[in-house]
Amino acid sequence: MALLNLACSKKSCRNRSVPQNQFLRLTVALAGNPNTGKSTVFNALTGLSQHTGNWPGKTVQRAEGNFYHRNKHFTLVDLPGTYSLFANSVDEQVARDYICFARPDVTVVVTDATCLERNLNLVLQVMEITPKVVVCLNLMDEAERKKICVDVELLSSELGVPVVATAARSGRCLDKLMDAIDDVASGRIKTSPRLVAYDSEIEQLVQKIELKISPLVPEGLNPRWVALRLLDGDRSIIDSLQRYLREGKNSSFHWGEERALCIR
Amino acid sequence: MNTKTLALAQLPVGHTGRIDTLLARGMTRRRLLDLGLIPGAEVKTIRRSPAGDPTAYLIRGTVIALREEVARQVLVHTKIYSSKEDSNGSVKPCMQ
Repeated sequence: MALLNLACSKKSCRNRSVPQNQFLRLTVALAGNPNTGKSTVFNALTGLSQHTGNWPGKTVQRAEGNFYHRNKHFTLVDLPGTYSLFANSVDEQVARDYICFARPDVTVVVTDATCLERNLNLVLQVMEITPKVVVCLNLMDEAERKKICVDVELLSSELGVPVVATAARSGRCLDKLMDAIDDVASGRIKTSPRLVAYDSEIEQLVQKIELKISPLVPEGLNPRWVALRLLDGDRSIIDSLQRYLREGKNSSFHWGEERALCIR
Repeated sequence: MNTKTLALAQLPVGHTGRIDTLLARGMTRRRLLDLGLIPGAEVKTIRRSPAGDPTAYLIRGTVIALREEVARQVLVHTKIYSSKEDSNGSVKPCMQ
Protein backbone atom coordinates (compact mmCIF):
# COMPACT_ATOMS: atom_id res chain seq x y z
CA MET A 1 0.00 0.00 0.00
CA ALA A 2 2.79 2.38 0.86
CA LEU A 3 4.37 1.71 -2.47
CA LEU A 4 1.11 2.44 -4.19
CA ASN A 5 0.65 5.74 -2.37
CA LEU A 6 4.17 6.73 -3.27
CA ALA A 7 3.59 5.83 -6.87
CA CYS A 8 0.31 7.70 -6.93
CA SER A 9 1.73 10.83 -5.39
CA LYS A 10 4.13 11.14 -8.29
CA LYS A 11 1.29 11.12 -10.78
CA SER A 12 -1.85 13.19 -10.90
CA CYS A 13 -4.31 12.14 -8.25
CA ARG A 14 -7.34 13.13 -10.29
CA ASN A 15 -9.08 9.80 -10.05
CA ARG A 16 -7.54 8.55 -6.90
CA SER A 17 -9.44 10.21 -4.10
CA VAL A 18 -9.80 8.08 -0.98
CA PRO A 19 -12.85 5.85 -1.27
CA GLN A 20 -15.71 6.17 1.19
CA ASN A 21 -16.50 2.51 1.06
CA GLN A 22 -13.28 0.79 2.01
CA PHE A 23 -14.86 -2.62 1.89
CA LEU A 24 -16.09 -2.62 -1.66
CA ARG A 25 -13.23 -4.00 -3.66
CA LEU A 26 -13.80 -4.95 -7.23
CA THR A 27 -11.41 -7.06 -9.27
CA VAL A 28 -10.75 -6.23 -12.88
CA ALA A 29 -8.75 -8.56 -15.12
CA LEU A 30 -6.77 -7.23 -18.07
CA ALA A 31 -6.66 -9.77 -20.86
CA GLY A 32 -5.59 -9.44 -24.47
CA ASN A 33 -3.38 -10.65 -27.27
CA PRO A 34 0.37 -10.25 -26.80
CA ASN A 35 1.67 -6.76 -27.46
CA THR A 36 -1.60 -4.83 -27.36
CA GLY A 37 -0.56 -2.59 -24.48
CA LYS A 38 -2.07 -4.38 -21.48
CA SER A 39 0.82 -3.43 -19.23
CA THR A 40 0.69 0.16 -20.49
CA VAL A 41 -3.01 0.34 -19.60
CA PHE A 42 -2.18 -1.27 -16.24
CA ASN A 43 0.52 1.29 -15.47
CA ALA A 44 -1.60 4.21 -16.61
CA LEU A 45 -4.52 3.19 -14.39
CA THR A 46 -2.60 2.14 -11.29
CA GLY A 47 0.32 4.55 -11.42
CA LEU A 48 2.65 1.62 -10.94
CA SER A 49 5.52 0.85 -13.22
CA GLN A 50 5.12 -2.73 -14.20
CA HIS A 51 7.77 -3.47 -16.77
CA THR A 52 6.58 -2.95 -20.33
CA GLY A 53 8.42 -4.30 -23.29
CA ASN A 54 8.04 -5.88 -26.64
CA TRP A 55 8.91 -9.50 -26.33
CA PRO A 56 6.87 -12.60 -25.83
CA GLY A 57 6.24 -13.92 -22.37
CA LYS A 58 7.15 -10.67 -20.64
CA THR A 59 4.28 -10.92 -18.17
CA VAL A 60 4.50 -14.57 -17.22
CA GLN A 61 3.05 -14.17 -13.78
CA ARG A 62 0.16 -11.86 -13.20
CA ALA A 63 0.74 -8.46 -11.62
CA GLU A 64 -1.74 -6.67 -9.40
CA GLY A 65 -2.34 -3.00 -8.65
CA ASN A 66 -5.09 -0.76 -7.36
CA PHE A 67 -6.93 2.30 -8.53
CA TYR A 68 -9.80 4.36 -7.21
CA HIS A 69 -12.58 5.61 -9.39
CA ARG A 70 -15.92 7.12 -8.41
CA ASN A 71 -15.08 6.39 -4.78
CA LYS A 72 -14.62 2.71 -5.42
CA HIS A 73 -11.58 0.57 -4.96
CA PHE A 74 -10.60 -1.53 -7.95
CA THR A 75 -7.90 -4.19 -8.00
CA LEU A 76 -6.48 -4.50 -11.47
CA VAL A 77 -4.84 -7.75 -12.54
CA ASP A 78 -2.47 -7.66 -15.50
CA LEU A 79 -2.46 -11.03 -17.25
CA PRO A 80 0.03 -12.47 -19.74
CA GLY A 81 -0.85 -11.96 -23.38
CA THR A 82 -2.71 -14.76 -25.08
CA TYR A 83 -4.23 -15.38 -28.50
CA SER A 84 -6.73 -17.80 -27.13
CA LEU A 85 -8.09 -19.38 -24.00
CA PHE A 86 -7.01 -22.78 -25.29
CA ALA A 87 -3.66 -22.53 -23.61
CA ASN A 88 -0.46 -23.77 -25.15
CA SER A 89 2.11 -22.38 -22.74
CA VAL A 90 2.44 -21.62 -19.05
CA ASP A 91 1.76 -17.90 -19.43
CA GLU A 92 -1.32 -18.55 -21.53
CA GLN A 93 -2.50 -20.97 -18.92
CA VAL A 94 -2.09 -18.31 -16.20
CA ALA A 95 -4.31 -15.96 -18.20
CA ARG A 96 -6.87 -18.61 -18.98
CA ASP A 97 -7.20 -19.96 -15.46
CA TYR A 98 -7.58 -16.48 -14.05
CA ILE A 99 -10.37 -15.47 -16.42
CA CYS A 100 -12.10 -18.82 -16.11
CA PHE A 101 -11.83 -19.55 -12.42
CA ALA A 102 -10.92 -16.42 -10.44
CA ARG A 103 -14.14 -14.81 -11.61
CA PRO A 104 -13.11 -11.15 -11.75
CA ASP A 105 -15.95 -8.61 -11.50
CA VAL A 106 -15.05 -7.26 -14.92
CA THR A 107 -12.73 -8.56 -17.63
CA VAL A 108 -11.21 -5.92 -19.87
CA VAL A 109 -9.99 -7.29 -23.18
CA VAL A 110 -7.32 -4.98 -24.53
CA THR A 111 -7.25 -5.09 -28.33
CA ASP A 112 -4.98 -3.66 -30.99
CA ALA A 113 -6.98 -1.24 -33.17
CA THR A 114 -4.48 -1.70 -36.02
CA CYS A 115 -5.28 -5.38 -36.46
CA LEU A 116 -8.64 -5.83 -34.89
CA GLU A 117 -9.74 -9.00 -36.67
CA ARG A 118 -6.98 -11.01 -35.05
CA ASN A 119 -7.96 -9.66 -31.64
CA LEU A 120 -11.69 -10.31 -31.81
CA ASN A 121 -11.14 -14.06 -31.49
CA LEU A 122 -10.14 -13.67 -27.86
CA VAL A 123 -12.97 -11.20 -27.26
CA LEU A 124 -15.50 -13.81 -28.41
CA GLN A 125 -13.86 -16.50 -26.29
CA VAL A 126 -13.93 -14.32 -23.18
CA MET A 127 -17.57 -13.39 -23.82
CA GLU A 128 -18.42 -17.10 -23.85
CA ILE A 129 -17.24 -17.33 -20.24
CA THR A 130 -18.54 -14.13 -18.75
CA PRO A 131 -20.91 -11.37 -19.83
CA LYS A 132 -19.04 -8.79 -17.74
CA VAL A 133 -16.67 -7.69 -20.48
CA VAL A 134 -15.35 -4.30 -21.56
CA VAL A 135 -13.40 -4.09 -24.81
CA CYS A 136 -10.55 -1.59 -24.71
CA LEU A 137 -9.71 -0.61 -28.26
CA ASN A 138 -6.14 0.40 -27.62
CA LEU A 139 -3.37 1.81 -29.85
CA MET A 140 -5.83 4.23 -31.44
CA ASP A 141 -2.98 6.69 -31.99
CA GLU A 142 -1.18 4.05 -34.02
CA ALA A 143 -4.35 3.23 -35.97
CA GLU A 144 -4.90 6.90 -36.80
CA ARG A 145 -1.36 7.10 -38.10
CA LYS A 146 -2.11 4.14 -40.33
CA LYS A 147 -5.37 5.78 -41.41
CA ILE A 148 -7.46 3.02 -39.89
CA CYS A 149 -10.92 4.09 -38.75
CA VAL A 150 -12.93 1.97 -36.36
CA ASP A 151 -16.66 2.47 -35.91
CA VAL A 152 -16.68 2.11 -32.13
CA GLU A 153 -20.46 2.43 -31.77
CA LEU A 154 -21.15 -0.26 -34.35
CA LEU A 155 -18.53 -2.59 -32.90
CA SER A 156 -20.05 -2.13 -29.46
CA SER A 157 -23.59 -2.89 -30.65
CA GLU A 158 -22.40 -5.90 -32.67
CA LEU A 159 -20.53 -7.35 -29.70
CA GLY A 160 -23.12 -6.39 -27.11
CA VAL A 161 -20.51 -5.07 -24.67
CA PRO A 162 -19.05 -1.58 -24.18
CA VAL A 163 -16.11 -0.69 -26.42
CA VAL A 164 -13.82 2.18 -25.41
CA ALA A 165 -11.23 3.59 -27.80
CA THR A 166 -8.03 4.51 -25.98
CA ALA A 167 -4.42 5.41 -26.49
CA ALA A 168 -2.91 4.25 -23.22
CA ARG A 169 0.57 5.52 -24.03
CA SER A 170 -0.66 9.10 -23.91
CA GLY A 171 -3.42 8.37 -21.41
CA ARG A 172 -6.14 9.32 -23.85
CA CYS A 173 -9.71 8.29 -22.87
CA LEU A 174 -8.62 6.17 -19.92
CA ASP A 175 -11.23 7.94 -17.77
CA LYS A 176 -13.87 6.64 -20.17
CA LEU A 177 -12.43 3.16 -19.77
CA MET A 178 -12.71 3.45 -15.98
CA ASP A 179 -16.30 4.70 -16.33
CA ALA A 180 -17.15 1.70 -18.49
CA ILE A 181 -15.49 -0.70 -16.03
CA ASP A 182 -17.50 0.77 -13.18
CA ASP A 183 -20.74 0.78 -15.18
CA VAL A 184 -20.38 -2.90 -16.03
CA ALA A 185 -19.22 -3.88 -12.52
CA SER A 186 -22.17 -2.11 -10.89
CA GLY A 187 -24.65 -3.38 -13.46
CA ARG A 188 -25.51 0.12 -14.65
CA ILE A 189 -24.68 -1.09 -18.13
CA LYS A 190 -26.31 -4.41 -18.90
CA THR A 191 -24.23 -6.30 -21.40
CA SER A 192 -25.68 -8.84 -23.82
CA PRO A 193 -22.65 -10.46 -25.40
CA ARG A 194 -23.06 -11.96 -28.83
CA LEU A 195 -22.43 -15.65 -28.42
CA VAL A 196 -20.97 -17.91 -31.05
CA ALA A 197 -23.63 -20.23 -32.45
CA TYR A 198 -22.18 -23.58 -33.45
CA ASP A 199 -23.71 -25.93 -35.97
CA SER A 200 -26.85 -27.77 -34.98
CA GLU A 201 -25.13 -31.04 -34.14
CA ILE A 202 -22.83 -29.35 -31.64
CA GLU A 203 -25.59 -27.15 -30.24
CA GLN A 204 -27.72 -30.23 -29.59
CA LEU A 205 -24.87 -31.98 -27.79
CA VAL A 206 -24.12 -28.85 -25.79
CA GLN A 207 -27.74 -28.62 -24.69
CA LYS A 208 -27.75 -32.24 -23.64
CA ILE A 209 -24.54 -31.91 -21.64
CA GLU A 210 -25.55 -28.55 -20.18
CA LEU A 211 -28.75 -30.04 -18.81
CA LYS A 212 -26.86 -32.86 -17.13
CA ILE A 213 -24.01 -30.86 -15.67
CA SER A 214 -25.70 -27.63 -14.61
CA PRO A 215 -26.62 -28.98 -11.15
CA LEU A 216 -22.97 -29.97 -10.69
CA VAL A 217 -21.34 -26.80 -11.98
CA PRO A 218 -20.63 -24.38 -9.14
CA GLU A 219 -22.22 -20.97 -9.17
CA GLY A 220 -20.34 -18.44 -11.23
CA LEU A 221 -19.15 -20.90 -13.83
CA ASN A 222 -21.07 -20.84 -17.06
CA PRO A 223 -22.49 -24.34 -17.73
CA ARG A 224 -22.63 -23.76 -21.48
CA TRP A 225 -18.95 -22.95 -21.48
CA VAL A 226 -18.13 -26.03 -19.40
CA ALA A 227 -20.20 -28.18 -21.77
CA LEU A 228 -18.30 -26.84 -24.77
CA ARG A 229 -14.95 -27.57 -23.15
CA LEU A 230 -16.03 -31.10 -22.31
CA LEU A 231 -16.90 -31.57 -25.96
CA ASP A 232 -13.50 -30.21 -26.99
CA GLY A 233 -11.86 -32.75 -24.76
CA ASP A 234 -9.04 -30.28 -24.03
CA ARG A 235 -7.23 -32.06 -21.20
CA SER A 236 -5.54 -28.94 -19.88
CA ILE A 237 -8.83 -27.09 -19.28
CA ILE A 238 -10.44 -30.18 -17.81
CA ASP A 239 -7.52 -30.59 -15.39
CA SER A 240 -7.81 -26.96 -14.30
CA LEU A 241 -11.55 -27.41 -13.86
CA GLN A 242 -10.98 -30.42 -11.69
CA ARG A 243 -8.42 -28.58 -9.57
CA TYR A 244 -10.82 -25.68 -9.21
CA LEU A 245 -13.68 -27.94 -8.17
CA ARG A 246 -11.52 -29.75 -5.65
CA GLU A 247 -10.54 -26.44 -4.08
CA GLY A 248 -14.15 -25.31 -3.92
CA LYS A 249 -15.61 -28.36 -2.29
CA ASN A 250 -15.03 -32.07 -2.25
CA SER A 251 -16.61 -32.79 -5.54
CA SER A 252 -16.44 -36.29 -6.87
CA PHE A 253 -17.37 -35.16 -10.33
CA HIS A 254 -15.51 -37.11 -12.99
CA TRP A 255 -15.27 -35.10 -16.14
CA GLY A 256 -13.97 -37.86 -18.30
CA GLU A 257 -16.80 -40.22 -17.47
CA GLU A 258 -19.40 -37.52 -17.75
CA ARG A 259 -18.12 -36.55 -21.14
CA ALA A 260 -18.19 -40.09 -22.43
CA LEU A 261 -21.67 -40.48 -21.02
CA CYS A 262 -23.01 -37.40 -22.72
CA ILE A 263 -21.57 -37.98 -26.11
CA ARG A 264 -22.87 -41.49 -26.37
CA MET B 1 -5.77 -15.97 -62.92
CA ASN B 2 -3.74 -19.14 -62.63
CA THR B 3 -3.32 -20.32 -59.11
CA LYS B 4 -2.07 -23.48 -57.55
CA THR B 5 -2.33 -25.07 -54.18
CA LEU B 6 0.74 -25.74 -52.07
CA ALA B 7 1.47 -26.65 -48.51
CA LEU B 8 2.39 -23.50 -46.58
CA ALA B 9 5.75 -25.12 -45.81
CA GLN B 10 6.51 -24.97 -49.53
CA LEU B 11 5.58 -21.31 -50.06
CA PRO B 12 8.90 -19.64 -50.92
CA VAL B 13 10.25 -16.69 -48.95
CA GLY B 14 8.70 -13.42 -50.13
CA HIS B 15 5.65 -15.08 -51.63
CA THR B 16 2.09 -14.58 -50.54
CA GLY B 17 -0.68 -17.12 -50.47
CA ARG B 18 -4.26 -17.33 -49.37
CA ILE B 19 -5.20 -20.05 -46.92
CA ASP B 20 -7.34 -22.73 -48.50
CA THR B 21 -7.64 -25.65 -46.10
CA LEU B 22 -6.29 -26.73 -42.74
CA LEU B 23 -5.44 -30.41 -42.77
CA ALA B 24 -4.55 -30.38 -39.09
CA ARG B 25 -7.05 -31.77 -36.64
CA GLY B 26 -7.70 -31.45 -32.95
CA MET B 27 -5.70 -29.02 -30.84
CA THR B 28 -3.22 -28.24 -33.63
CA ARG B 29 -6.09 -27.07 -35.81
CA ARG B 30 -7.51 -25.05 -32.95
CA ARG B 31 -4.14 -23.43 -32.35
CA LEU B 32 -3.70 -22.52 -36.00
CA LEU B 33 -7.17 -20.94 -36.08
CA ASP B 34 -6.38 -19.00 -32.90
CA LEU B 35 -3.20 -17.69 -34.48
CA GLY B 36 -5.28 -16.28 -37.34
CA LEU B 37 -4.76 -18.99 -39.96
CA ILE B 38 -8.32 -19.04 -41.17
CA PRO B 39 -9.33 -20.08 -44.69
CA GLY B 40 -9.28 -16.94 -46.82
CA ALA B 41 -6.62 -15.16 -44.75
CA GLU B 42 -3.49 -13.93 -46.49
CA VAL B 43 -0.13 -15.27 -45.40
CA LYS B 44 3.37 -14.31 -46.48
CA THR B 45 6.58 -16.22 -45.93
CA ILE B 46 9.01 -13.81 -44.28
CA ARG B 47 12.17 -15.81 -43.62
CA ARG B 48 13.47 -19.21 -42.74
CA SER B 49 15.65 -19.79 -39.71
CA PRO B 50 19.28 -20.74 -40.44
CA ALA B 51 18.50 -24.40 -39.86
CA GLY B 52 15.58 -24.20 -42.29
CA ASP B 53 13.01 -24.79 -39.59
CA PRO B 54 10.98 -23.02 -38.20
CA THR B 55 9.84 -20.42 -40.71
CA ALA B 56 8.42 -16.97 -39.97
CA TYR B 57 5.14 -16.03 -41.61
CA LEU B 58 3.24 -12.75 -41.66
CA ILE B 59 -0.35 -13.45 -40.71
CA ARG B 60 -2.85 -10.64 -40.14
CA GLY B 61 -0.25 -8.11 -39.11
CA THR B 62 1.75 -10.39 -36.82
CA VAL B 63 4.85 -12.44 -37.55
CA ILE B 64 4.39 -16.00 -36.39
CA ALA B 65 6.91 -18.82 -36.56
CA LEU B 66 5.66 -22.26 -37.48
CA ARG B 67 7.46 -25.55 -37.49
CA GLU B 68 7.60 -27.29 -40.84
CA GLU B 69 5.67 -30.17 -39.41
CA VAL B 70 2.77 -27.79 -38.75
CA ALA B 71 3.15 -25.65 -41.87
CA ARG B 72 2.82 -28.81 -43.96
CA GLN B 73 -0.71 -29.18 -42.66
CA VAL B 74 -1.86 -25.85 -44.11
CA LEU B 75 -2.78 -25.59 -47.78
CA VAL B 76 -2.53 -22.23 -49.50
CA HIS B 77 -3.53 -20.89 -52.90
CA THR B 78 -0.79 -18.97 -54.59
CA LYS B 79 -0.26 -17.37 -57.97
CA ILE B 80 1.76 -19.47 -60.35
CA TYR B 81 5.36 -18.39 -60.68
CA SER B 82 7.94 -19.79 -63.08
CA SER B 83 10.42 -22.30 -61.70
CA LYS B 84 13.27 -19.94 -62.71
CA GLU B 85 12.14 -17.49 -60.07
CA ASP B 86 12.78 -20.06 -57.42
CA SER B 87 16.54 -20.18 -57.17
CA ASN B 88 16.61 -22.88 -54.52
CA GLY B 89 14.56 -25.26 -56.59
CA SER B 90 13.10 -26.40 -53.33
CA VAL B 91 9.50 -25.75 -54.24
CA LYS B 92 7.56 -28.82 -55.15
CA PRO B 93 3.87 -29.11 -55.67
CA CYS B 94 1.95 -30.24 -52.68
CA MET B 95 1.99 -33.95 -52.00
CA GLN B 96 -1.37 -35.28 -50.98
